[in-house]
Parts: sequence; C-alpha cells; structure tokens
Amino acid sequence: MKKKNRRALKTRISSGLFLTPSFLGVLVFFVIPFIVVIYYSMVDNPISANFVFLDNFKRVIRNLSFRTAVKNTALFSATAVPLAVILSLLLAILLESRIPFKSQFRTFFLSPLMVPVASIVLIWRVMFDYNGAVNDIIGVFGAGKIDWLKSQYAQVVIIILFLWKNLGYNMILFMAALSSIPKDILEVARLESATPLQTFFYIKIRYLSSTILFVTIMSLISSFKVFREIYLLTGNYPYDTIYMLQHMMNNAFASLDYQKLSAAAILMSLAMIVIIGLLFIIENHFGKDVEG
Amino acid sequence: MKKKQPVRDVFVHKARKRKKRKQRWSVVKISIGTVIAAFFAILFLMPIILTITNSFMSAAEISANYGSVFASSQTGGKVFVSEKVNLKFIPDMVSFSQYITVLFKSPEYLFKFWNSVILVGPILVFQLVVACLASYGFTRYRGRIREIIFFSYIILMLMPYQVTLVPNYLVSDWLDILNTRWAIWLPGIFSPFAVFLLTKYMRRIPTAVMEAAQIDGAGEIQIFTKICVPLCKGAICSAAILVFIDYWNMVEQPLILLSDTEMHPLSVFLSKINEGEIGLAFAVATIYMVPSLLVFLYGEEYLVDGITYQGGIKG
Repeated sequence: MKKKNRRALKTRISSGLFLTPSFLGVLVFFVIPFIVVIYYSMVDNPISANFVFLDNFKRVIRNLSFRTAVKNTALFSATAVPLAVILSLLLAILLESRIPFKSQFRTFFLSPLMVPVASIVLIWRVMFDYNGAVNDIIGVFGAGKIDWLKSQYAQVVIIILFLWKNLGYNMILFMAALSSIPKDILEVARLESATPLQTFFYIKIRYLSSTILFVTIMSLISSFKVFREIYLLTGNYPYDTIYMLQHMMNNAFASLDYQKLSAAAILMSLAMIVIIGLLFIIENHFGKDVEG
Repeated sequence: MKKKQPVRDVFVHKARKRKKRKQRWSVVKISIGTVIAAFFAILFLMPIILTITNSFMSAAEISANYGSVFASSQTGGKVFVSEKVNLKFIPDMVSFSQYITVLFKSPEYLFKFWNSVILVGPILVFQLVVACLASYGFTRYRGRIREIIFFSYIILMLMPYQVTLVPNYLVSDWLDILNTRWAIWLPGIFSPFAVFLLTKYMRRIPTAVMEAAQIDGAGEIQIFTKICVPLCKGAICSAAILVFIDYWNMVEQPLILLSDTEMHPLSVFLSKINEGEIGLAFAVATIYMVPSLLVFLYGEEYLVDGITYQGGIKG
C-alpha cells in the first residue's frame, strides 16, 4: 500500500515537472501581464497610479472609434458566424451523401485554409474593384456598379472572404461528426418511416449539437481574426464599416495610451467569456440527452 | 392456390417498379449533388488558380488588365491601361518575367520570405516541444488543480488577439525585447493551442499502458519518450500543420511588436505592394503560397485528423 502511494506521489511530482516549462511560459507571457492589464485599466496613469476604477472604461465606451469598431465587429460576427456554421453544415451533408470524388472535393474545399491570405488579397482586390469582375457580373443582372471596398457593402466583401477561408475547416468538423452518428439509430428511424427531415431535426441535430457549439466558437474566434484580411486589403484606416476592434487597438498602440488599450482589452475579454459561457449553457440544454 | 399467385405477382411487380424508381431517383440525386459540389469547388479554387496563372503574365499585361486598380503613375513610357479590369485566367503570353524579377532583380521579397521562415520555424518547433511536455503533465495525473489549470489554458486559447496582444506587448516591454524577434517567438512558443490538441489526444492512451511501463520499472522520462510521444506522432503532425497555418499568416503580432519593418514577414509586407511593383505581386504571392501548399498536399490527412481531434469527436 505504502509503495503504491509513494509511486503515485512520485508520478504526481514528476509529471508536474513536465508541466513547468509551459506553465511558467503561460504565466509570464499571459497571466501575469493580464493581471497587470486589469490594474492598468483601473488606474489613471502608469506613473502616478491613482485608482480611477471605472473612469477608463467610461472613457473608452464613449470613444467614437471604439463604438464604431465594436459595432462593426459585432455586426460582422453576428452575420458571418451563423452563415459559416449553416453553410458548412450543408456542405458537409452534401459531401457525406454518397457522391463520388469525396476526398478530392474535400481537398478543394480545404485549400483556402492553407493558402496564405496575403497571396489571395490581390485577386480579391481586383475582383471587387469598381471596374472589376464582380461588378461586371452584377451588371449583367442590371444592377449598378458598386465601389465595394469603399461603400457600405464593404462588409459583404469581408464576409465572403471569411466564408471562403473558413468553410473548409468547419466542414471537416461536421463531416467527422456526421459520420460518427450511430448508424443503428438512423436505421431504426428509417424503418419507422420517418421522413429525412424528421430524421435530421430530431436525431442528427442532437448528435451534432456539441459539434455545432464547437464550430460556432471556433468561427467566432476566427471572425475576430478577420482583421488580417481587412488590413491586407485596405491598410490601417479602412472604410467606416469595416473598421474593426483590432484597428482601433493597433492605432491606439501607436499612441501608447495604456489605459485605453487595457480597458478595451478587458472589455473584450469579458465579452468573450460571457459569449462562450452562454454558448456552453445552450449546448448543455440541447445536447443533454445524448450519451457520451 | 392458383388464385393467390396472381395477387402475389402484382405485389412483386409493383415492388420491383418501386425499387427501380427509387434507384433512378437516387442516381439523379447523386448527380445533382455532385454538380453542386463541383460548382462550389470551382468557386473555391478560383482565387488560388487565378493568382498562380496571373503570376505567369508579363508586367505589361498585368498593367494592361489591372492598371486601373493600382493606378500606376510612375511607369515610364507608354503603357496601355484599360478602363475595365479584366480578370484573366490564361495569360496571353506566358512569361516568367515576374519570377525573374523577384528572384534576381528585387531580392527584397525573398528577404521578407526568409523573415517569415525565421519567425515561424522556431515557434513551430518549440511550441510542439513545450506542448508535448505539458500534455504529458496533464495526462499523467489529473488532480483538481491541474484540471483548473487546463481549463484556464482553454480559456486563454479562446481569447482573440485583441485581448492577448496587450499583455504580450507589456511583457515584451518589461523584458526589453520589443522590436526583436523574441517578442514574436516567446508568446508563440508558449501558446496553449498545441497543448490543448496534444492533451486531448494523449488522454486517449489507456492508462494501463503507462502503468504497465511504470511497473516494469520505467522512469517518467522513459514513459514519455518511449510510449507517449511515439503514440502521438499523428497528433504532433496535425498540431504542427495547424500551428504553421496560423503563424505563416500572422499579421497582428508583427504590426504591433515589431516596429522595424525590416523584420516584417511576407504576410504583412505583401499588402504594401504598391503601384510600381504590381508586375511582381502575383509572383511573390505564388512563391509565398508554395510552402503552404506543399505542407497541405503532404499533410492533408494529418490536417483533417488534427481538426477533428480539436472538435473532440469520438471515434
């Protein structure tokens, strides 16, 4: 007995040692500075250190660029993420049904993920230019030309770019989930003459619910990274509707306004925690009766 | 007896017709599905193919077709600039002039390419090393504190750059590594992403295996190197590919943490292509794509595996 406990203790300690490089790194580069950021966000000045609590937050919220950025980011995520989830689910269903060349199609749909964005933006700029290809196509349908990147439709361009890049990734997740639904339940449903629609909504979705949650979260995170695409397309100060949160923070870095930055970062992290928490609760509610 | 047969025959006949109709309908369904999939596949591939084919155009052709997009104002001599922008698939005249210029005449792009490699390489290697060690720590013993730490890793992983860049900037400032490559390397090496992926995978190894090794007298390091790591090779490859994609594309970190543009990777630099250099842009873009495409073609299976493990799909 004693030997077993000693062995267990030894395992515990030595495996803890394996953890140390990562743990220390995370502590030094993420946790500790984050705590300091919280401190900065409530302080008036890095030097004089007067506690002003919520004043910085109020200042940031009142800032017009911040509000524009938040509005745009929220609008973008709210539009792009559901589209990404639903469209990729449809694509996955399409690919999982017995069509030929499944793995080739999978490669094609996955390729945008691997191609660096920087290489693609050129074509994108060309396509959506005022005199470009997309305007040609919609000209065929009689609509007028739109200066895409400099109008209110700028978000559309980014949404398309975002979807193009991320549908493959989500699709893979859904394909894996679809193929792991136990076949016997589907068999039973078929024998009980359930329509395909019924099968989908009552059975498949239950099994897919945790994947839907995961895809939503990952898409949400990617939607915040969309700054990359926007920056590569339009530079530091894009048109109003695609001015995102990261733009504001980048430009604030230039002025080294620590308070503004810290407050914005804290607000964003709070928002993330709330959103993720909500998603988890929803998933718990819907996916509860699925085993495992 | 004779009366029953005709009835049965009709049933069989109708059943056979129904089956044939069903088969024909499913063939139609499958072909419609394939067509739709093919349509989308082409749509998806188009930008990539366009970039590659456009890289084989000569500079004159590029400005002829795309000149109005990039408002060229400094090309000496007469250049035909069309009002409309033509998206060309196949160049009128295949020319390698773009590549020649990039490789020999303006090597600054290659220099930035090399920057990308220098930034991504160490992150890739060391993040995986640190992550392997950490996930071993997480699998071997699962006490409450450790689970809490793992949970906080997940939360950290989900935080977008807007949140993590500010702390990173602060630390880099304190450690006085701002504007050096270390500011990019270190946060990248300790990113919790690979830890998450590898831990999920490693936890599937039955504990019996590790305990058997321990009973046989293996020390922790031996269990790690002889059992866990070899078993996780697939996950390590998948994690490597995913990490590579993320960092090959990185934009936010260099912008903030590296104020010296000399060290910027190509992912950022490519966007600064301006008028005079349009002739090179596509070739540079294509060259930049090459490592990604190679990794993709070689490791697609690993990539797919890695993605599905992230999702925690069982089986």
